[in-house]
Amino acid sequence: MVDMRYSTEFTLYPYTKQAAPSDRQPVVIIGAGPIGLALALDLGQKGTPVLVLDDHEGPGQGSKAICFSKRTLDIAHRLGAAAPMVDKGVVWQVGKVFHGQDKLFEFNLLPEEGHRNPAFINLQQPLFEKYLHDAVVAAQSGGAPIKIRGRNRVTAITDQGAFVTLDVQTPDGSYQLEADYLVACDGARSPSRDMLGLSFDGRVFEDNFLIADVRMKADFPTERWFWFQPPFEGAGQSALLHKQPDDIWRIDFQLGWEIDRAHELDPARIRARVDAMLSSQTGTIPDYELAWTSIYTFQCRRMQDFRAGRVFFAGDAAHQVSPFGARGANSGLQDAENLAWRLDLVCKGIAAPDLLDHYCTEREFAADENILNSSRATDFMTPKTDVSRQFRDAVLHLAERHAFARPFVNSGRLSVPCIYDGFTGFGPDALNGPAVTRPGAACQDAPVADGFLLDHVRAGFNLLVLGDGVAEPVTAAGVTAHIAHIPTPTPALAARYLGDHRRAVYLIRPDQHVIARWSDFDANSIANALRATIRQEAAHGADA
Amino acid sequence: MALMLDPNITDPDGFYDELLAAHDGLSAAESANFNARLILILANHIGDREVLAAALAAAND
Repeated sequence: MVDMRYSTEFTLYPYTKQAAPSDRQPVVIIGAGPIGLALALDLGQKGTPVLVLDDHEGPGQGSKAICFSKRTLDIAHRLGAAAPMVDKGVVWQVGKVFHGQDKLFEFNLLPEEGHRNPAFINLQQPLFEKYLHDAVVAAQSGGAPIKIRGRNRVTAITDQGAFVTLDVQTPDGSYQLEADYLVACDGARSPSRDMLGLSFDGRVFEDNFLIADVRMKADFPTERWFWFQPPFEGAGQSALLHKQPDDIWRIDFQLGWEIDRAHELDPARIRARVDAMLSSQTGTIPDYELAWTSIYTFQCRRMQDFRAGRVFFAGDAAHQVSPFGARGANSGLQDAENLAWRLDLVCKGIAAPDLLDHYCTEREFAADENILNSSRATDFMTPKTDVSRQFRDAVLHLAERHAFARPFVNSGRLSVPCIYDGFTGFGPDALNGPAVTRPGAACQDAPVADGFLLDHVRAGFNLLVLGDGVAEPVTAAGVTAHIAHIPTPTPALAARYLGDHRRAVYLIRPDQHVIARWSDFDANSIANALRATIRQEAAHGADA
Repeated sequence: MALMLDPNITDPDGFYDELLAAHDGLSAAESANFNARLILILANHIGDREVLAAALAAAND
């Protein structure tokens, strides 16, 4: 038997009775959520066989991630899944911040010109998963070696040293299989983590948040509203209104720690709060229905090591943050793309397994950065001491009158990818170019004559050559960096990649992070940088 | 720019008087809130993160 732990929104990968795989699998992924699907798609498109096991048949119902960042959409674009996400997603422009009855300020998120994708979209997580799965199906029909088995629950993980053995339960009984590498993408409550007895330490925030997703057809402004100390009956310390597709609005109320959960989930009580919120700016209560309600508490914590032998952890299984700033699913997608190219090169025998260690180095750093941002937002929203409340209230008081105080107002800093400054396998920076594209940074998109830059950055390693001059592929350590040559950069491309220079050469990893850059094409230096990335030479010196 | 720790205010007695007068009639809680606002306003005026860090250290000395 495989019990259903939750109801699913759609059926995407129905169970079928299948024999145990007879061969050892290069990569097995546990969990077909957004992180597992993105990783499978990335590996499969590179030609590395991957098997995904999920104990359900589709994404779970309910309120989960809703805010997907530009970097996530750029990753999804590379994987061929972004177009329906952007078509369906809601793009916000206007945000209003209130303190009690007073509007403190209003902002308009005018998008920066010259990017294919907006800064973020709001989209229900089950739809995000469905679009990734659609891309998996398309890749499978093009021959990508991706398999997904629904209602296949992993019940035991045994690291044998040279490989991993999994016990898998299905509605028709159990089987065993072997994998070279296992990636656990099984969420914040990761059963894999528990099976291996690994801890998940951090900070629990003593607060309860009531989520109400309401369906509302009324003509209501598409704006993000955030209240500190909302003036509505029993509304708690903060409240948030956010729009999703299909006439759904996400509403959050921060209720504090000592609450009666059953009482707060009483629909009449929820409706009273929602009525007060919706009518506060328009004076009327629109027609709406409650589509989903729940109460959650949140934590900021991470595994000490994202790797245990041949088992890797990614997404919420490895790290968990508060929802403010949209750093959960978005950082998980960055985990997936960081791990995919490493596993691909190691499974193909091109790179030594050491390359995998740097997944942990980089993504543990990223998790710490996300936890720091998330904790800061939470500390602003829920002051823990008298003096922190005094400063918080001082900021809110001043923000109404003075622009200088508004940047202190923190209801979550939106997820941006971290920059791997000074990490092994990056450099040199021989350009003195713009900081946004320095080694370690994820590539910024920019307009080019026939569309967008990131369309020219193909799968694998790339050499982006801007301006006139030599542009030839470079091969080192068994890998060839392909040429993306833009002879006449647009002004926006020049501003992001050239600065004062007329010419530049960028070496780019398969996850679109900049390895190194030069003002001229120097094949030897490029080959050295490529070799250093694949062999992690700076860390291992002469043994490479 | 280094943190200024030599006398820099003309008419120090007058300023000190003005500072105390600003708290006249305020409760302890209101004074604490006033001070918080004042610190934020002055900190923004200074702006320089190194000077602010030096000021935090000097205040803690």
